[in-house]
Amino acid sequence: MNTGRKLPDPSKLKEEILAKYPTKVARKRDKSIIINDPKLDQEIQSNVRTIPGIITQRGCAYAGCKGVVLGPTRDIVNLVHGPIGCSFYAWLTRRNQTDAGADGDNFMTYCFSTDMQDDNIVFGGEKKLKEAIQEIYDIFKPKAIGVFSTCPVGLIGDDVHAVSREMKEKLGDCNVFGFSCEGYKGVSQSAGHHIANNQLFKHVVGLDDTKPEGKFNINLLGEYNIGGDGFEIDRLFKLCGINVVCTFSGNSTIGAFEKSHTADLNLVMCHRSINYMAEMMETKYGIPWIKVNFIGADSTAKALRKVGEYFEDEGLTAKIEEVIAAEMPAVKAVIDDIRTRTEGKLAMLFVGGSRAHHYQELFRELGMATVSAGYEFGHRDDYEGRKVLPTIKVDADSRNIEEIKVEADPERFNPRASEEKMEALKAKGLEVSDYRGMAPDMNDNSLIVDDISHWEAEKLVEFYKPDIFCAGIKEKYVIQKSGIPLKQLHSYDYGGPYAGFKGAVNFYTDIDKMVSTVIWKKLKAPWLKKADTGEGLRAEYVA
Amino acid sequence: MLLRHTPKEVAERHGVTINPAKTCQPVGAMYAALGVHGCLPHSHGSQGCCSYHRSALTRHYKEPIMAGTSSFTEGSSVFGGQANLLAAIANMFTIYDPDIIAVHTTCLSETIGDDLNQIAQKAGDDGRIPAGKKVIFCNTPSYVGSHVTGFSNMVAGIVRGLAAKTGTPKDQVNIIPGWVEPSDMREIKRIAKEMGVNIVLFPDTSDVVDTPQTGEFKMYPDGGVTQAELATVGDSIKTLALGSFASEAGAKQLDIDFKVPYEVLDLPIGLSATDRFVQALASAAKVEVPDSFIAERGRLVDVIADMSQYLYGKKVALYGDPDQLIPLTEFLLDLNMLPMHIVSGTPGKKFEKRIREIVGDRIPNLNLKNGQQADMFLMHQWIKNEPVDLLIGNTYGKYIARDENIPFVRHGFPILDRIGHSYFPTAGFTGGIRLLEQMLGVIMDKIDREASEPGFELVM
Repeated sequence: MNTGRKLPDPSKLKEEILAKYPTKVARKRDKSIIINDPKLDQEIQSNVRTIPGIITQRGCAYAGCKGVVLGPTRDIVNLVHGPIGCSFYAWLTRRNQTDAGADGDNFMTYCFSTDMQDDNIVFGGEKKLKEAIQEIYDIFKPKAIGVFSTCPVGLIGDDVHAVSREMKEKLGDCNVFGFSCEGYKGVSQSAGHHIANNQLFKHVVGLDDTKPEGKFNINLLGEYNIGGDGFEIDRLFKLCGINVVCTFSGNSTIGAFEKSHTADLNLVMCHRSINYMAEMMETKYGIPWIKVNFIGADSTAKALRKVGEYFEDEGLTAKIEEVIAAEMPAVKAVIDDIRTRTEGKLAMLFVGGSRAHHYQELFRELGMATVSAGYEFGHRDDYEGRKVLPTIKVDADSRNIEEIKVEADPERFNPRASEEKMEALKAKGLEVSDYRGMAPDMNDNSLIVDDISHWEAEKLVEFYKPDIFCAGIKEKYVIQKSGIPLKQLHSYDYGGPYAGFKGAVNFYTDIDKMVSTVIWKKLKAPWLKKADTGEGLRAEYVA
Repeated sequence: MLLRHTPKEVAERHGVTINPAKTCQPVGAMYAALGVHGCLPHSHGSQGCCSYHRSALTRHYKEPIMAGTSSFTEGSSVFGGQANLLAAIANMFTIYDPDIIAVHTTCLSETIGDDLNQIAQKAGDDGRIPAGKKVIFCNTPSYVGSHVTGFSNMVAGIVRGLAAKTGTPKDQVNIIPGWVEPSDMREIKRIAKEMGVNIVLFPDTSDVVDTPQTGEFKMYPDGGVTQAELATVGDSIKTLALGSFASEAGAKQLDIDFKVPYEVLDLPIGLSATDRFVQALASAAKVEVPDSFIAERGRLVDVIADMSQYLYGKKVALYGDPDQLIPLTEFLLDLNMLPMHIVSGTPGKKFEKRIREIVGDRIPNLNLKNGQQADMFLMHQWIKNEPVDLLIGNTYGKYIARDENIPFVRHGFPILDRIGHSYFPTAGFTGGIRLLEQMLGVIMDKIDREASEPGFELVM
């Protein structure tokens, strides 16, 4: 978040980074490393191919589709069609918590794969896939089975969609649908998000028109209940009297997806992974969407108030204020103490397609400045705001991902808010069907780096000597070996929740632990220690 | 219940694998390549493969795991990945400056048929490999074998790419340790040193994936077998391949290339397998087993004898990799425990044959399966039909252990939720004590937890 703090000019750092690269690589990376000036509209090259050989944080389309978007749903059997690895690595590793009660369907703890062998690669794997679907149905009787394609499936030409259709018909009471999310699609996980959105929208959303019972009915999009984030947000909604028809997709169910089109408002958390769904639901059913952020206590209050403003109900608004007033004292008590230790410290965030933005809010609350940030798989709109959407060039890698044609539903399209109301909300500053991106919220001179590479991360650490670096598991111990604590913001280092008020308190406490841990001052053996190494982690320019 | 949908009735399956007891080849190749000093593994495929493999290894070791990827796009999948790999090789040498790049394939590059031999050749011809630097490679199609096969294939790749001979016979033994922990590799080196035997251990991930925190990140840690050492393995007396699944291919390759004879042994886990290893090493190097081993061995035997009452007749279910499961099964039998259910996702007829050889007629109703559909779902079903007192395997077993209230010892890959495996070996006689301590610990914790108040004991 823009704290108005004066940051050092990183131009020389950028030069040094690029100097190491072969000319072609340097030319390309130059456009993805931007010295931020929030007053300017700067183009940040993103969602482009990672150069082969560059050690990247990025994963693949399959990870985005199965791992991120569909993975958190608890009662759909996710069957991965491919060799064993893809399913194995996505098995419980993202910490999506689920609660199906004592006897509800919950397949979260299971890993399903067709475990393709060489003869399936040579002669095709459709027969085995059908067998697998039948066996899953016979053993588990799930309401739905999602089939996820891995790299070789696309190459050998197995038609997962045809098989899914055939099996759906054959089984009768089990929805079966496929995802062409081969790992080579697109340039990162992002392609997989899009593919997941499309297929869910085509095959599931809108199947059940049952009207929800609540007075204020919303969907929460792009919240995956990592470490129980969704549970904390649900707790707040419940206190406020807001009814969540469906969360996409933390702890979700196929039933909730099917009736998600009956909600009156979509709240978008992770813009990158789910904006397609928000847009498609708006076009087809007339449900507007608002960008929200439940990361940070102030942001949480703001997000709840946005819902109040949208529904224009005095009772709801009062209730929301009551909840905020009840929750804030506990937050304040903790932050006032912790801030004495975190104030003035420096953070860097390289993660996700929204988290690098959202978590800057928590660091702001901790009095910490974000000196550099970037996304792993964001697009230009995530940095610069949706206003740049019309100017984004569609390249070959994006063209390969299906854009589905969505039109207003002849019967069910029902604009939930009039155009005047939408304009009025926008005038009040609400991001209605809009997202302004990360860059405007960042400090002058902060360094924005898209798809950061290992080399770049090393140089940044050397230059900024941050007090904390936020990224993922692959970066965790690399950075920590340099003597700087790394907070995982995919898995939260197995802590959390970090969303909502209680989550903010958890985050403050965890960051306090990390930056105050005495071990970082004892890295050098005493007989080797130079006079100043103990306190050497503060940047010199801090005012 | 965490695995609430697992029914007791076992139904035959041919299509679906549920809760696998294996993963795919490339992760094994990546791990093996890390055991060579100055080597940067490279995954020739989509980015996701590299990302998943690095993540899995990082979670297991809590250490930096560096590797490159060819970052395939749809275009490379159609036109072949040669351009990507050539670019990757040039970029990696320029930016990350490894001594060696060890390339392995993925199901993607295998399916399209990229020829690594030809691409590596071309990289050399085009001047993309700086003088003195090397590119080694192996094929690791994910749809064949398992992660263990990938390890094995990279070991053979290391032999093909880096092994050599000077022509002067050397008084040394090559040991291929198989897919074991850095702690085990360190222990094997200690045992050899204690015996006064010169060895070249490869791959060797000690001091690579168990590095010290000094405030300095080293992209290429101090450990790993060096090129200089590998340049002499052709001069060695013999190669000991520990575990046929992970190590035999490399040993065989050495025999083919340099006529170094080899012997395949079980991994030295537990009493009997360690006995054989120590004797085999002594006999290969033509040394006597030093007296200190009488004491080392005796300490293990002492603990077994003293603690036998807690172990005798206890039923065990175990899953994991063949090379580990074989000596573990034998060790359990040495403890008079009953390995009832044994599962490995890794295919290969040798596994069942060897286990049956070891078990003989001691477990008449043994449940044993490996390969396709030999998964943890099946093992759990077996447990429901024939409950056990102890479960041994990787972290994924914790779900079964909790649902069925079974004491659980983590062993194998991956261990995602505990530390220790990197530092405390389970190989060798001392490693056997570590295993015993772990097993007794969880068994006794359960006795303590479930004892009535009058029956709760101070001394056990």
